[in-house]
Amino acid sequence: MDNFIQQLINGLTLGSIYGLIAIGYSMVYGIIGMINFAHGDVFMLSAFIALIVFLFLTKMMGLGFLPLALVIVLLAGMALTSVWNWTIERLAYRPLRGSFRLAPLISAIGMSTFLSNFVQVTQGPRNKPIAPMFAEIVNIHLGDHLISLQYRQIVIVAVTVTMLVIFWWLVQRTSLGRAQRACEQDRKMAALIGVDVDRTISITFIMGAALAAVAGSMYVLQYGVVSFSDGFLPGVKAFTAAVLGGIGSLPGAVIGGLMIGLIETLWQMIPTEGVPEYKDVAAFSILAITLIFMPSGLLGRPEIEKV
Amino acid sequence: MSGADSKAAGGALKEAAVAALITLALCTPIIMFRTDSDVNTGQLELTWRPLAVLIFMALAFFGRLAMLTWGLRPARAKAAPRVGAPTGVAAFFSYVIGPIGLIFLFVYPAVVVWYLGPGGALKWVDSYGIQILIYVMLGWGLNIVVGLAGLLDLGYVAFYAVGAYAYTLLAINFGLSFWICLPIAGILAACWGMILGFPVLRLRGDYLAIVTLAFGEIIRTILVNWTAFSGGTAGISSIPKITFFGLRFADVDDGFDAYFGMDYSPIHGKLFLYYVILGLALITNLASLRLRRLPIGRAWEALREDEIACRSLGINTTNTKLTAFALGAFFGGLAGSFFAVRQGFISPESFTFNESATILAIVVLGGMGSQIGVALAAITLIGGFEMLRELDFIHSLWFDLEIGVGFVVFMAAGLLSHRWLTAALAGLLALLLAHIVLAQGLANVFQVYAPPVYAMQQSVVAFLNAQLPWLYNYQLDFDPTQYRGLIFGFAMVVMMVVRPRGFVSTRSPSIYLTRRTAVAGDLVKEGHG
Repeated sequence: MDNFIQQLINGLTLGSIYGLIAIGYSMVYGIIGMINFAHGDVFMLSAFIALIVFLFLTKMMGLGFLPLALVIVLLAGMALTSVWNWTIERLAYRPLRGSFRLAPLISAIGMSTFLSNFVQVTQGPRNKPIAPMFAEIVNIHLGDHLISLQYRQIVIVAVTVTMLVIFWWLVQRTSLGRAQRACEQDRKMAALIGVDVDRTISITFIMGAALAAVAGSMYVLQYGVVSFSDGFLPGVKAFTAAVLGGIGSLPGAVIGGLMIGLIETLWQMIPTEGVPEYKDVAAFSILAITLIFMPSGLLGRPEIEKV
Repeated sequence: MSGADSKAAGGALKEAAVAALITLALCTPIIMFRTDSDVNTGQLELTWRPLAVLIFMALAFFGRLAMLTWGLRPARAKAAPRVGAPTGVAAFFSYVIGPIGLIFLFVYPAVVVWYLGPGGALKWVDSYGIQILIYVMLGWGLNIVVGLAGLLDLGYVAFYAVGAYAYTLLAINFGLSFWICLPIAGILAACWGMILGFPVLRLRGDYLAIVTLAFGEIIRTILVNWTAFSGGTAGISSIPKITFFGLRFADVDDGFDAYFGMDYSPIHGKLFLYYVILGLALITNLASLRLRRLPIGRAWEALREDEIACRSLGINTTNTKLTAFALGAFFGGLAGSFFAVRQGFISPESFTFNESATILAIVVLGGMGSQIGVALAAITLIGGFEMLRELDFIHSLWFDLEIGVGFVVFMAAGLLSHRWLTAALAGLLALLLAHIVLAQGLANVFQVYAPPVYAMQQSVVAFLNAQLPWLYNYQLDFDPTQYRGLIFGFAMVVMMVVRPRGFVSTRSPSIYLTRRTAVAGDLVKEGHG
């Protein structure tokens, strides 16, 4: 039982990371109907940016106060990753509007390959480990159960919730969010009533990247290691989360992320020998099954194909 | 210069500066600092390499400036393909290149053996010939799915894996020969294609792509974890080799060489493998060329262009997709079992998503649907990188710097003269000069034949080393094979932006109107009602 609750908390931590990435997939899909295959690699890139900024602050600048370092890493990571995603959208996706159906996806696959190899070439193929941070443990007694929480898990959940609130406010309460939702419903109509569609799409990519950057920093914080190939699996799993929650739906993305995180960690608890290794198969199967039998996910709208 | 001109020039400069600033932001962490584990402590340390960032900024600045000055703008992709039979040079090219290429492929090993002798030819037949032909075959196989039927399959490597493991397991456990296993492997892969295809082919294009990706990864994960079945990550080694009607290619009394009264040479086995894969690839090509002209092939192409129109014309889209999928899988399976017999060792490592992406890149860069294009893309991409690996001078520290100098001069000359040719000449000249000044390889030549040049070169290098010690930190560890994925990915993006239908392909349909006729849409446009 103790172990179960412990794993539940681990699952929620992992799930919040997936959820943050999933929002990027979901928003982009909602607004331009494209699977941004490179988003997982943008996440990986942001983890590298966070790592480097962190090393720069602690090693070169001699900053010893970790919470301040964390805040700076988050802000710098969000800004720099946003520039990356903005550029990617400008160069690789924007010229393709109005091209044939699969062109943006192929371009995104190319971009994904480019990004992971770019990081491999510039940073080297090895794993990049850093010393664990915020590793102090808080013990909580729940009745007669003992639950150990690491500080960093609290930090991750707290940061995620804060980011989600800010993001929610942006989408629901500002004119920017209104423009976004308008473009989501009907791009041409939105353009006719004076919404700058190109700019709105750019901002969508920037917001997706900023959330991915938060996820990237949290990933480095939680696991303390990152490598150039780390974009692929979390990327696919986050996409699974977005699909499971209903692609295009933002609360769906978060719920889907939490579910995938929980399923993944709980799957590893299955005592039968040989089964825990198949946790990735579980995630991929959920993706396939959801797409085949329930393509609109938990909270998504059914898709109507217009001729 | 008039006022308007100078204003425009100022604007261009400003935009170029913005581009350079954005590049700075992009490069700031990821290129400016390199993370390396310290040998002693194991902790990550940062190394500082500003020169690389400066070079990238210069590239962005001059590149943007050149685009603005020469009026080059990335064209918006045009959706409408050119329709009709190729004419003029294109027609001649398309008629001639096929036969020429075919003859070349048949005589290539003979020429290599004749020129380099059996020992020297081994590498050229094996790591160039056979390696490239495997990718040509995979490209042609995937082309049926992606190029003809328009289904984006990101898990193609799964069928390659099914073929490879089918042959390996059948040969090891039941002692079956390659020639019996080959069709079985193909059929097994096709069956897998149908099993996987049946549920997923109802999905829309991009969802289909993701689900095939998921299936590819599922198969790989199973191969990794089901150790009793597949040997796990360690893979399976000592796979039986190929035989020629039961004759082994080995230095034994009943081997191929001994039977025909020849001295044993490893080249014979390689030559046989070469012609086997050539045959398999040509079968793939022939099958897709002929199928294109059958009703099923026409249905594929129609499906690619417009699925809804297809459905309303009564084409059974599910069956049409399924045949394309299964056929592509079949050829993937054949290629897989050839891969296993050639390699003698397989492990799940050979069947990662990267492999799928490579094959997809070949198909995309070759121009989806073009047979010749796919072959050329495979030769360029796979062969080109094998070649690059051999060029030693690329590994030198100065190579990137030389390229950088050449490019900057090219841009500057172009901006001043407004001419491509002058700019190209100046750039080449600068490249040459930079190479002479910086390259260590030429130093020995100068030392002997031109001592003054040698002295000058050495002083320049010494000066650079003394003044700019961080130059050394800039090096990006140039190993061309590392750059393969980088260039593949980049080329895919550029291709989609610039020529989404491919460089070679005009994507001509296999059937078209030979003369202009007014069709309903035209009549409406002209007001006939």
